[in-house]
Amino acid sequence: MKIDAKDMHYRQLNRIIRDAVASGEKEFELDNVQGQRYIGDGLNESIKITINGTPGNDLGAFMNGPRIIVNANGQDGIANTMNAGEIIIHGSAGDIIGYGMRGGRVYIKGDAGYRVGIHMKEYKKQVPVIVAGGTAGDFFGEYMAGGIMILLGMNGKDQIVGDYVGTGMHGGVIYIRGKIDPYHLGKEVNCLELNEEDMKLIGSYLKEFCEYFGFDLNEVMSRSFTKLVPLSHRPYGNMYVY
Amino acid sequence: MESQLPAEFNVNVNHEKCRKCRRCVINCSFSAIEFKDKVTPNSRLCVACHRCATFCPENAIVITENPLDYKDGYNWTPEIRKNILKQAESGGIILTGMGNPKPYPIYWDHMLIDACQVTNPSIDPLREPMELRTYLGSKPDSLKFDADADLTTELAPQVKLDIPVVFAAMSYGAISLNAHKALAMAAKRLGTLMNTGEGGMHEDIAPYADRIIVQVASGRFGVTSKYLNNSAIVEIKIGQGAKPGIGGHLPGEKVGEEISKTRMIPVGTDALSPAPHHDIYSIEDLSQLIYAIKEATDYRKPVSVKIAAVHNVAAIASGIVRAGADIVMIDGFRGGTGAAPMIIRDHVGIPIELALAAVDERLRQEGIRNRASILVGGSIRQSADVAKAIALGADACVIGTAALIAIGCRVCQKCYTGNCAWGIATQKPELVRRLNPEVAADRLCNLVSAWGHEIQEVLGSLGINAIESLRGSRERLRGVGLNQEALDILGIKHAGIGQ
Repeated sequence: MKIDAKDMHYRQLNRIIRDAVASGEKEFELDNVQGQRYIGDGLNESIKITINGTPGNDLGAFMNGPRIIVNANGQDGIANTMNAGEIIIHGSAGDIIGYGMRGGRVYIKGDAGYRVGIHMKEYKKQVPVIVAGGTAGDFFGEYMAGGIMILLGMNGKDQIVGDYVGTGMHGGVIYIRGKIDPYHLGKEVNCLELNEEDMKLIGSYLKEFCEYFGFDLNEVMSRSFTKLVPLSHRPYGNMYVY
Repeated sequence: MESQLPAEFNVNVNHEKCRKCRRCVINCSFSAIEFKDKVTPNSRLCVACHRCATFCPENAIVITENPLDYKDGYNWTPEIRKNILKQAESGGIILTGMGNPKPYPIYWDHMLIDACQVTNPSIDPLREPMELRTYLGSKPDSLKFDADADLTTELAPQVKLDIPVVFAAMSYGAISLNAHKALAMAAKRLGTLMNTGEGGMHEDIAPYADRIIVQVASGRFGVTSKYLNNSAIVEIKIGQGAKPGIGGHLPGEKVGEEISKTRMIPVGTDALSPAPHHDIYSIEDLSQLIYAIKEATDYRKPVSVKIAAVHNVAAIASGIVRAGADIVMIDGFRGGTGAAPMIIRDHVGIPIELALAAVDERLRQEGIRNRASILVGGSIRQSADVAKAIALGADACVIGTAALIAIGCRVCQKCYTGNCAWGIATQKPELVRRLNPEVAADRLCNLVSAWGHEIQEVLGSLGINAIESLRGSRERLRGVGLNQEALDILGIKHAGIGQ
């Protein structure tokens, strides 16, 4: 189903999508998207949505299954509290990507903004993954409770990630391509070298990433990565007295 | 070094009465009673939960406060001194449970309700219909009808309450599954609502979903599109009266298999809720989340926003209503909690009576009071508090502590230990088993129905026959022992002043 979203309010656009999904439509192509919010919000079905244009905030919020491809930049709040599905951004993305995300994958070709992956968490087989090809801002993986984040810094900028990386982190793992000065890290983070298992793990995601965006996997893997894990699953366990 | 902390209580056993049945030993979940030839208390561990005394068949146990022979001092109270010792020994933040117990003014107890005499007749609620029903949700600015007098205005979703008393948000994690079940069953039977709190919805209470408010807090535990849609109302929790401005923290030892499943986090990890929602740094961001939820629920569920009563509450509430919330829930500074730092619980926030009056007044002044219902909580202790709150402008009240007291809570304030002897604030299977959900649901129904009858008596004496006729009717309240500023904020006259 093709929808021309020009001058359409998000409420109307999303209603058309919801109604079509309810009557069995599996594939959508949205043209002239200009900042409409909440596309894919709360959808549970295995559908595919291709977005030509820049979708608005909270793309794929509470989403549970769909695959969304954005042929432009994305904005803030992508994959907010997402449970399952896949979002592929052929550009850069804004702030607060994957807040409270519990499952599914987000692939960003370019940069990501501030507060990416805050309070991402995992549950059994649901392990959320965010891969960004460029750099990211402050508070990357703050309060992270589970899942995997990979940041590649392929855009030639010196500083791959901002400050307070993994502050309050108590689960999950962050892989950053290249070295990272300790002063960027939160106090609750441990910096490790990658082992074979790590390489296998990120290899599978990066292969997919390179296929989507046309990067050379060998080049991506040519630099060493830094692995960040929480020092404790209970970072604040000893702060209280009863 | 041995702890210098004195015992808080003395457990006195009358050995002449005691027939050594050891029921007290079995019932004490704080290990404060042992059996060595005879019942032997370790008073230092007693929290005064009264489980032993309640279950002693011979009435042989009396718990008394430990009379500390500290040198008397108005300033350096025993509590302050004990806290200093505690922190000197541990270096930790003092954690506590339940609501603020400090002697700040209780404004409910300085307000009196009017009644009819001679010039307008009162109504007898025993013989005449007396309506307690109300609806939560946004009301339109005006109603439009077509030529056939059919309503053409599209109404926002409304949730019917048969009684304006709703069970407060208490998470599965803070309280037990049996407590959650009791609240859900009672809510269904009473035609009111319970609130999951921020810990997700266990599958056992899903059958009651049309009577359940589901919460979305900063940790987003158990929040899925199914959870949002399987509900009566979706509530965004910004703050809580017992701990405004700070996050939540369910320790890993409470995260067992069932909690893990419900919160959707691994067994044994801490469930940390960040202080703010990191996708909400402004009113505009709040609006964004409200509409993200409305989109995810196809505009079928009212969205509530819960905040703690703080200094600037009226302006904040106005922003919340303008952001698109259908309900504003305000939690006063005496609101309860499973665990909070004592400094926050006892020193942050403002009384719900003043917050409610300020919010209702502000929304009226701005002409947007109809756009959202107001729910208030934070120590609603009795039906009189409900009646006064509604007269001040609330649509309905929420009760947490009162509901827990009804099912056995002795307000010992040790919720955070997970050792609740009454099976309420615990996840230990052997303790949870002590709370029978059916019996507890009956007790909740009894309490709330009794309050319903009492509120009907008040309405009758006021000469009105519907709770909605009382809402915002501040003329029917009078203050006693309040200064002019408090009277002005509450929008009531002093007792003795007529019309």
